[in-house]
Amino acid sequence: MKMISFHLMPYRPLDFAEAAKHRSAWVVLPNSLYDPVKGAEEYASYIDFLVDGERLGFDGIAVNEHHQNAYGLMPAPNLIASALIQRTKKVKIAILGRALPLQGNPMNIAEEYAMLDNLSRGRIICGFVRGIGAEYHSTGVNPYFSHERFHEAHDLIIQAWTKPGPFPFEGRHYNIRYVNCWPRPYQSPHPPIWIPSQGSSETVVWASDPARKYPFLVTFSSTDLVVRYLNTYRDQARKYGYEPEAGQFGWACPVYVADTDERAKAEAGRAIETLFNNYLRMPMEMLIPPGYTSFNSMKSFMKMRSNVGGKLSTADELIASGTAVIGSVKTVRAKIEEVRDRTGLGILVPMFQFGVLPDDLAKRNIEMFASEIMPHLRG
Amino acid sequence: MPPQPQIVKIGDVGVSLRRAGKGQPLLFLHGADGYSQWLPFFDALAEQYELLVPEHPGFGASDDPPLIRSVPDMAMFYLDFLEALDLRNLHIVGHSLGGWIAAEILVRDQSRAKSLTLISAAGIRVEGVLSGDIFIWNREELLRNVFYNQAYADIALSLQPTEQQIDTMLKNRFTATKLGWQPRWFDPDLEKWLHRIKLPALVIWGKEDKVMPSAYAALWHERLPDTRGLVMIEQCGHVPQIEKLSETIGPLRDFLAEVSR
Repeated sequence: MKMISFHLMPYRPLDFAEAAKHRSAWVVLPNSLYDPVKGAEEYASYIDFLVDGERLGFDGIAVNEHHQNAYGLMPAPNLIASALIQRTKKVKIAILGRALPLQGNPMNIAEEYAMLDNLSRGRIICGFVRGIGAEYHSTGVNPYFSHERFHEAHDLIIQAWTKPGPFPFEGRHYNIRYVNCWPRPYQSPHPPIWIPSQGSSETVVWASDPARKYPFLVTFSSTDLVVRYLNTYRDQARKYGYEPEAGQFGWACPVYVADTDERAKAEAGRAIETLFNNYLRMPMEMLIPPGYTSFNSMKSFMKMRSNVGGKLSTADELIASGTAVIGSVKTVRAKIEEVRDRTGLGILVPMFQFGVLPDDLAKRNIEMFASEIMPHLRG
Repeated sequence: MPPQPQIVKIGDVGVSLRRAGKGQPLLFLHGADGYSQWLPFFDALAEQYELLVPEHPGFGASDDPPLIRSVPDMAMFYLDFLEALDLRNLHIVGHSLGGWIAAEILVRDQSRAKSLTLISAAGIRVEGVLSGDIFIWNREELLRNVFYNQAYADIALSLQPTEQQIDTMLKNRFTATKLGWQPRWFDPDLEKWLHRIKLPALVIWGKEDKVMPSAYAALWHERLPDTRGLVMIEQCGHVPQIEKLSETIGPLRDFLAEVSR
C-alpha cells in the first residue's frame, strides 16, 4: 500500500467565537481575522511537517487547493509544492488537486504542473478536482457549467501534455489557437493523475473509464461510504471489461494514533471536532450550489442533510462512523486493514494534522504511525 | 378557475402555457422562482386581455433544452415562440428574470410588441448597488427578503412542499443558476441597447425590494426611451403583484388602456 502524508494547512489561530458569528469559515469569513504574523508561522511549521514525511518513509507528501477560507491556506498549492521540491530528494509530491473549472485558462495548470514535474525530475502526482461548492461563490464561476468546464479543461491539459504543439484547442469554454506547452512534463506521457472525490457516480464512471483508469481517492467519508464508492468504482471497471489494480483505490482521512484509544481521543477529539464543526461548517447553499452536482445527487444530498438536521458532529460519532481514524496502534491498524480488505485499497492518504491539533501532537502522531503502522501496511 | 396548462411545441421544445381571457394578447414572463400558482393578479389581467403565462424552458413543466444557455438564448427562443403563436400587438409584462428576458427580446425585435411593463426587473446593473444574493440565502432568508410584509413569508414557510414541488423548485433553481449566476443577474451588453426599445414602457417596483433594490427602477426608467411612468410602491418587496395587488394592477391597467387606444 502506498502512503501519502497529506496536509490541509488550516489557520489554527482562528478566533472561533468571532468566526461563529458568520455563516461559515468560507466565503464570508472576514480576512481581518487572519493575522499574517501568525499565518507565516503556520506555513513554516506545516512545510517542515510535510518535508519530514520523506525521512519517515512515506511514498509521498500532499497538498491541495482551497480558496478564501480558514480551512486550508493553500489557494495556490503549487507554490507549496515548489518549496517542498527544494527540500526533498525522492518523495513523491502530490497536489490533490487543482480545481480545473475555477480557472479562466487551464493552460496555467498544464504549464505549472509541467514546471513542477521538471523541477522535481518526475516526482509529481497531479490531482484534478472541481473545487467545493463554496468556491463557486468565491470565484463567481457558474456552478451550472462546472462539469462542462472540468471535462473541457481536463482534455485541454492532457492534449497540451501529449500532443505535439502548437495545435489549436476548440472548446466551448476554452479556445486557444496556439496550444504549445513549454516546458513539457518530465514524466512520460505525463504525471499520474488522481481523482479525489466525495463519490459522485458521474465521477466514478468517468475516472474508471479504460481510457483513463485514474486512481479514485475517496475523501473524508464514513467507512460505509468509502467501501461503497470504491466498490462502485470496481464494479464500473468490470463493466468496462477490465480488473482494476490496487493502485486505483485511494482513501483520504484524518488519522490519529496514540498509546491507547482513550488517550488518542483525549488528544485529538477537540481537534477533529473543530475540523468538521468549525473549519468545514457551511450551509447547503454554499456547499452544493445548483448544477455543482447532478439534479439527483443534489436531491438525495438535501434529504440526507435534512435527516441529519445540520447538527454538529462529535468526535465519538466521527470515530464510530470511521470518518476519522483515531485510536491505539491496534485500533488504527485494524480500521485501515478493514477498509483495505473490503475495498482492495492501494493508496492511503492520512492527514496527521487536522483542525487545531498542535504541532507537538501532530509530530508524535505521524512518527508513531510511521514506526508502528506503516511497516504492517507495507507487508 | 385557474386555467389548465397546455403543452405547446415550439420547434421540438415543449412549453407549458396557461391562457385566460379575451382581448389583445398579453404575455407574462415569470421570475427566477418560476410559476408557482395562478394569482389574483392574473385574473385581473385576464378580465380585459388574452393573457398568456408560459413557463420558461428549464422551468416547471416546460422542457429544458440544451440550446438555452443564457438569457440572450432565452430571448431568441421567445422570438420563435411569438412567431409560432403568431402573436401581434403584444403587451409584455416581465417580472424579475422575466423582465430581463422581455428586454432582451425587445432589443432584438419589437415588431410584434405594443408595450413593455417591467416589474422588479433584473438584467442591468447599478454599480455599487448589489442585487440580493439569492444563491447564498437559505429558503427562509429568501422568503423573508422577498416580502416586505412578513406575513407572506410566514405563510410560505408554513407550507410543507410535496415531492413534486421540491422537484420543480430544484429544476427552477438549476435554470436560475444557469441564467443568472455570472455575471449576477445582468447582461453587460444589454443596457447600451435599451434605446432600441421604442415602445411605451412602464416600470413598477417595490420600494423595499431587497432582491433588486429600487435604485434599479430608476436606471430602467432613465434608459428606456418611452417610459410612461415609474410606479414606486411603498411597503412592498420584490413581488408587488402579490404583496400590493391593487397598487400594482391599477397603474398597470391605466397604462395598458392608454397604449391600447
